[in-house]
Formats: sequence, structure tokens, C-alpha cells
Amino acid sequence: MSSLVDYRTCPTTGLRVDRSAEKLIKANAVAAVVFLAIGGLFGLLVALTRWPAVHFLPADMFYLALTAHGLDVLLVWIIFFEMAVLYFASAILLNSRLAAPKVAWTGFGLMLVGALITNVAVLQGQSSVMFTSYVPMMAEPPFYLGLILFAVGALLGCGVFFGTLVIAKRDKTYDGSIPLVTFGALTAAIIAVFTIASGAIILIPTLLWSLGLVSHIDPLIYKTVWWAMGHSSQQINVSAHVAVWYAIAAMVFGAKPLSEKVSRTAFLMYILFLQLASAHHMLVEPGFSSEWKIFNTSYAMYLAVLGSMIHGMTVPGSIEAAQRARGLTKGLFEWLRKAPWGNPAFAGMFMSLVFFGFIGGISGVVMGTEQINLIMHNTLYVPGHFHGTVVAGTTLAFMAITYILVPLIFRRELVMRKLATWQPYVFGIGVAGISVFMMGAGTLGVARRHWDMTFADALLPFDYPAAAYLMMGLNGIFAVMAALGGLMYVVIVVGSVFFGKKLAEDEKPSYPEVPPASAAVSHYGSSETLRIPGTAFLVGIFFTAFVLYYFVNWKYLSEIWPLS
Amino acid sequence: MTENNKPDDAISSNPSDQEQIPLMQRVLDNPFLLLVLGIAVPAVFYLIWGIIEITQIPIAD
Repeated sequence: MSSLVDYRTCPTTGLRVDRSAEKLIKANAVAAVVFLAIGGLFGLLVALTRWPAVHFLPADMFYLALTAHGLDVLLVWIIFFEMAVLYFASAILLNSRLAAPKVAWTGFGLMLVGALITNVAVLQGQSSVMFTSYVPMMAEPPFYLGLILFAVGALLGCGVFFGTLVIAKRDKTYDGSIPLVTFGALTAAIIAVFTIASGAIILIPTLLWSLGLVSHIDPLIYKTVWWAMGHSSQQINVSAHVAVWYAIAAMVFGAKPLSEKVSRTAFLMYILFLQLASAHHMLVEPGFSSEWKIFNTSYAMYLAVLGSMIHGMTVPGSIEAAQRARGLTKGLFEWLRKAPWGNPAFAGMFMSLVFFGFIGGISGVVMGTEQINLIMHNTLYVPGHFHGTVVAGTTLAFMAITYILVPLIFRRELVMRKLATWQPYVFGIGVAGISVFMMGAGTLGVARRHWDMTFADALLPFDYPAAAYLMMGLNGIFAVMAALGGLMYVVIVVGSVFFGKKLAEDEKPSYPEVPPASAAVSHYGSSETLRIPGTAFLVGIFFTAFVLYYFVNWKYLSEIWPLS
Repeated sequence: MTENNKPDDAISSNPSDQEQIPLMQRVLDNPFLLLVLGIAVPAVFYLIWGIIEITQIPIAD
């Protein structure tokens, strides 16, 4: 069978590349970037409307834009890109043929048709139910149908990934255990299967309800099962972007994980516990016991947080170990000062790691604590948190690896390299600002999903502190900056794919530099050193910030909820 | 390739070698076992337990 497969050999990494996998990676990546551009545009419109001095859209268009933004960037852009990551991490990194390319193309087609159907349904204006589509709000049937088709397509893609693992093992295309990056992708695929199954369980009856074939959907059951899809879909992102961190560390520095066992155990924590964090959306629902809430969002979720903290140490630690092995041993931070900050792949990845940990990670633990969750439940703090995880974390990491994959997979030189050098900083700082200022506004009580924070037409007036308006103005400014960074990314990627210099079959791309040691990305093996004093110092700063912020929130809770 | 990182197929043919593979590594090398665990744990603790609690909410008169 494998003799019928059309392969090429990558001149940079030496990996054998199944051309059918390569085509699927290209198709999924292109679709991802298109929907990122659409969803990002809607995001800018939302931010400009939340900016009190601008208040750009009328109410009906605001909710339409918010629905489209959530769908296109939280689901469509991310899952298309994750399909590309799954095919890359299986067929390419394992030197294997892709299992069932026709099934993979069918999956891609279903995802594309589904995304288009749902987008059209939203743009027609009768399905502005937002990403969560909580019942009893009812969208038009095509809204749910499109989501179901998209999910089925993604499930087929996950099946192809698992099939490729089986083929690679049978054909002995790799030695020993699968590479760590592939293991991270496996974690993402496992969470994806649970996510999609949960989506099917709740969206199929909801579709029937919208068609009039089912009389009633219980809102609490809907919300519970929907979040098994809605929150878990973001856990696919976490697993995938952590895999991307390890991939970039390997491909830029030739870095090996400090310990394969430790990193894989951290991914196992994700597989077992990460999806339980869905319960933090139910923390103010009276129908659940405290035992259910606290087990799911605290005891179990903290084990997944432990996994993230392990990755947060081992990824920079592996880079430090690789840099020190090259002789960059002066002081605590020579390895970091002399890192390639002009390489957009590294810069984007490192900012993704820092922002994910400090902004998205810490705020996630705070929100997962039943008592202090009350301070900010259903406020703008929540989108502030997930812009820290999904945008500053996942999207920035995916953008970063694009700068390596466009030359290697699309076989085109990157264009506008100076712009590419700046892009991760513009986008990353913009998104970090969005996250921080939305969390600030949320802490002051500003509601999420509200068209007008001034409540201008309300019968009973309500005034937020002036600082809340400042926060929303700053949020708008940083949203413009992030949109500019997103536009830069789209221009560079589209320009490179269509107008970049074509690379010959055996020609290595000139930028960004991918050293021969990058082959570490496709092998099992640890650096097996703990001489990472710089990383240990950074971890100390993280823990200090974590503890301070956590207890500041308890102090804040005690002040707004006095007990005598 | 390290000593404790041999291909599984090669190892499984030799019982004495199989004893050398730690249990944890065998778990981590089995994607379908991980898939079952990754579905069962959240299904039991989040979904099933949660839905049981919802069904026990008394219905208003």
C-alpha cells in the first residue's frame, strides 16, 4: 500500500512527507486563515461597539456580530487549524502515510459546508443567539445543522488521525513511543472526540426543536451538555497549542523536552481532568450540589492546572537547556536575551506561553473557585479570561508556527519579513491588553454580552465607576491594535502563499531559520537536565503573581460581601 | 533510541523485555486506552453526575 503513496523528502528536516497529507494541511490552514479574517473583523466591530465613546453598531447588529465572532474564531478558525496540526503531527512527524485521505477530504468538505451554512444563517439576522445559543432562544434550523455538519467533519478528521497512528505503528515508521508533539496532538484529538460527542448529544435534539419536531429542551440540561462541548472545545486548543510550543522549541532551537515522562504525564492530566473545567460555567446554578461544583472545578481541575504549570516550566526549560548546551551560560538569562526575538515563530510562541500562563491561566483558576467566582461570574471578566487563553495563548501560538509551516509545507518563501518580525508583538500586546482591560472592567461589574454598558434606555439607571469606562476605552484601543496585528498576519500569510518565491524540491527556505537539530521534533528523547536556573527564577515570579492575585481576590470578596 | 524506548512490536514478542516497560509507559503508549479514559472520566464526573443532579431537582407546583 505504502508504495502507492506519493512522498517527497523535506530538504530542511529530512522528514518524508506524504503529499496527500500535505494537501490536506494546506486546505485546512487556508480555510482556517479565511475564517480568522472574517471572525476577527466581527471581533473588531464588537470591540468598537463596547467602546463607550464609539458605540459603533446598533443593538441588533451587535448581537449578530458577537454571534459570528464567537463562532468563527472560537470554533471554525481554531478547529480548521487543529485539523492541520493533527495531520502534521501524525503523517508528517511520524514519517507515515495518511490514513484514508478521502475520508479526510470528506471531513474537510463537511466542515467547510457546515461553517458556511452557519455563517449564512447568522448573517441573515434570525440566529443572533450568540456562540452559546442558550435555549429557549431559538436560532433558524440551518444554524444548528451547520454546526452539526462541522462537528461530524471534525470527527472524521480525528478518526483519520487515529488511523494514521495505527498505520505508523504497524509500518514501524518511528522508534519507540510517538514524539511528544504527536502525543500533544493525540491529547487534543481525544478531547475533540468527547467535545464533538457532547455537541452531537445536545445540538441534534436542539435542531429537531427548532424544526418543531421536539416540544421542549430543558435549559439547564442544555447548558450543562452544551458546555461539555463549548468549554472542552477550548481545551482542544490548550492541548494543541502546548504541542505547538514544544514543536517550535524543537524546530527553532533543536530543544528536547526536559523529561518525556514528566511532559507526557502532564498531558495525561489534560486527558483525564481538563474537560471537567466546563463546570465553572454552572457555578451559580442552584440546581447543582457544591460537591459537584467543587469536585469538577477545583479538585479535579487543579490537576489539569498542574499539567499546564508543568508545561509552563518544561517548555522554556527545554529552550534554556538547549541554549546553555550551545554555550549561552552567562548569568541567569543570557539564553533568553540572545534568543531569536526577531524570529516571529519564537517571539509569538514565547509571548503565547507568558500570556497564557500569567493572564489566562491564573484568571482561570480564580474563576474556577466557587466563592471568588461570584465576584466576576458572567461579567466581562469571562471573555477577558478566554481571550487570554484562546487568543493570546492558542491563536498566537498557531500564528507563530505558521511562519515555519508556510515555507516547509507550502514551499514558498515568506514575504514582508520585516512586517512578520513585528506581527507577533503587535497582535500579542493588543490581545494581552484586551484580556487585561476586559478582566478589569469585569471586576468592576461590567456585564458581558451587553450592547450598552451605560444602560441608557433602562428604566432604573445604573452607574459603573468611571474606571470601568476607562477600561472599556482601553479595551477598544488594544482591540484595534490586535486587529491590526491580525491583519498583518493575514496579509503576510496570503501574500506568501500566493506571491512568495516558489522553492525547488530540494531547496531550503532562507527564513525563518530551521536548523538541522530541528529533527528533534520527530523523535522521542529528553535532554535530561535540570540546570535551568533562569526558568526556575521565572517560575518563581509566576508563583508569586499567582498567589498574590488569588488572595487579593479573596480579600476583594470579603470587602464586597461583608459578614458579621 | 534508549533501552526503555524500544518499538512496542519488538518488545511484545519477548516476555522478559515486556516486564521492563513500566506500566505507566504502556498506558501512555496506548492511544485507544487514553481515548477511553479521556471520554469516560468527564462523562462520569461532569455529564452523568451533573444530569443526575438536575433530574433530582423538585418540580415546582
